[in-house]
Amino acid sequence: MTGFGTTAENPELRDVRGPSATGGGWRRFADLLYLIAVTDFKKSYFGTVLGYFWSLARPVLLFAVLLAVFTQVFRIGSQVENYPVLLLLNIVMFGFFQEATVAAVTSVVAQEGVVRKTQFPRLVIPLAVVLTALFNLGMNLIAVFAFILAYGVEPAWTWLLFPLPAVALFVFTTAVAMILSSLYVRFRDVAIIWSVLVAVLFYGTPILYPLEVVPDTLHDFLMVNPLTPIFEQMRAWIIDPGAPGAVDAAGGVLYLLPALAMYMGICALAVWVFNREAPRIAEEL
Amino acid sequence: MGEPVVIEAQGIHKRFRIPKHRINSFKERAVHPLARIEYRDLQALRDVSFDVRKGEFFGVVGRNGSGKSTLLKVMASIYRADAGRIRMAGRLAPFIELGVGFNPDLTARDNVVLNGVMMGLSRREAARRLDAVLDFAELEEFLELPLKNYSSGMLVRLAFAVMVQADADIMLIDEVLAVGDASFAQKCANTFRDMRDVGKTIVLVTHDMATVEEYCHRAMLIDEGEVRYMGDPGQVSRRYLRLNFERAAGDEDEQDYEGQTGTEDARIVRGWLEDSAGEHVTNLEHGDTIRFRAEVEGVRAVSDPSFGFMIRDADGVNVAGFGTHLESGEDEPAKSLDPGERVRIAADIENPLNPGRYTLDFWVCRNRNVTDVVVAVRRMITFVVFGSVWAPGIVSLKARLEAVPQEGVHQEEARE
Repeated sequence: MTGFGTTAENPELRDVRGPSATGGGWRRFADLLYLIAVTDFKKSYFGTVLGYFWSLARPVLLFAVLLAVFTQVFRIGSQVENYPVLLLLNIVMFGFFQEATVAAVTSVVAQEGVVRKTQFPRLVIPLAVVLTALFNLGMNLIAVFAFILAYGVEPAWTWLLFPLPAVALFVFTTAVAMILSSLYVRFRDVAIIWSVLVAVLFYGTPILYPLEVVPDTLHDFLMVNPLTPIFEQMRAWIIDPGAPGAVDAAGGVLYLLPALAMYMGICALAVWVFNREAPRIAEEL
Repeated sequence: MGEPVVIEAQGIHKRFRIPKHRINSFKERAVHPLARIEYRDLQALRDVSFDVRKGEFFGVVGRNGSGKSTLLKVMASIYRADAGRIRMAGRLAPFIELGVGFNPDLTARDNVVLNGVMMGLSRREAARRLDAVLDFAELEEFLELPLKNYSSGMLVRLAFAVMVQADADIMLIDEVLAVGDASFAQKCANTFRDMRDVGKTIVLVTHDMATVEEYCHRAMLIDEGEVRYMGDPGQVSRRYLRLNFERAAGDEDEQDYEGQTGTEDARIVRGWLEDSAGEHVTNLEHGDTIRFRAEVEGVRAVSDPSFGFMIRDADGVNVAGFGTHLESGEDEPAKSLDPGERVRIAADIENPLNPGRYTLDFWVCRNRNVTDVVVAVRRMITFVVFGSVWAPGIVSLKARLEAVPQEGVHQEEARE
């Protein structure tokens, strides 16, 4: 009646290794990741009638306010080539980082049932959050590039290089998401700490302003931020070919090393922390 | 049995370190940077070893906190064992509870595919089995309905259907044999028999002895993290009941009941159930007379006291209530309970209760007025009715049933 398949003849005994970040086989990992990210994305876009416009509303509103402030009040904007579109692109890119990391903090704890009652590859949970945010970013970028063209920026061959900073940002976002989601299991104030830190990062990254207008005293701080070279390079490649790239803005390759070291360090830390915490998550919850 | 071993556990240890004071935030860590966290060790599993052969229904039995669920979680890769080795052959459904991972906002279709993938199917395979799942769950017409609009019965049916259709080689199951309404429960029971017959391997954790005796080929009794007995399910079930009996018989002394409420002009000294030989029991076989005994002592004078109690089932539903009052001779005025005086209450009650867990509330009232409570204890006694019958509902009532063909009605017509 139920049509059970006959079980494979005498399969081999294999070790049960216990819970881990990716346990259960790579194919299952990929299928789960895809299903969860896609269903979440569909939910946010098709759940509401104005899904797409709704997801654009936040960056656009923020953009409108900041544009008004920085061109009408502080006038920093008028010194910078193509400032409005630079600001828009930066806000959307940083919005991805912010959306993904903030949502990731509570993600593992929110999936408590799954973590405690099934064998579930733990890494899928924060990764799916980042992936959902990435889909959102993709949708937003369509609007952003339409706006960039309408503004009159000439398409350049360097636009083809856009995936490089995008991937760099994606990898960094994933690393931060992994650290936050695994730490939150044990330290519940991570959510508060991160909401403050992410605001600090918003102002500590060349989003509202280009790096060259920053006075020397603050310049060094910005150069430790791994996001700085990513945003600077994006500006040179997409918005303003005349702008200094990441290397020139920093003042030489050597000056990029702190940010690079920070970047690699955080990625390595993410892998280490997550691998260490993954087997314990079910017990800590 | 010549079947190959598909689960092999050797020397499994699992210990939980429970911090006495839990540090939940970075703030606390920063305020007490040097504070040593003291731990209390809880040895959940001690050197547990067993083999399960292909096609076996293997029961794991133990009281609450005995370690049986921990064992299941170690097997399902939810916890990591501290020592020992587990090896398995074939695909495992890594679920120990039904319906985990259902997303209430998604439709049945999306959830079935997602759950199927969690059970170890590929995406395509999970989608292919969608119809079979909905067919089994009898929910075809609700395919596009978000799960938040499902009733709990429908959810359980869907979850069970996914598990069945995921068709894993080895299944770990924690207490889920009878789900949904009576007809679906019957379907589940049939399914389990089918699974057993086609050679699925199932590890079943339960404290329902009827299930163990009915389904399992072999069973294992765990207590305090150690294997106490392994083998014949009947033996396991008898040893399990004996184990419970010993525990309960341990506390003969006066009990200090928590949660005594009321004016406390009287005190409940103790209350218990006993068998026909006068031994204290906490387990009754289905049909055994319930012999409830209690002792009450007066603290201040209580005029015309009455004593009442209520049997309730595991969900807290009132099953039956009884009451009596202090006996006095004919034509005598109503008695009162004086300070220091003790009264013994005895009640022998016919037992139509179906197997399950029940509790008994007990209270004393003044002047036969149920609103004037002198002292009351909720859940004073918890007892289990056991038996190998499975019957729907709370009680089995005596009944005479018949189904008789009607005279003169033609068979074809009768079928319509």
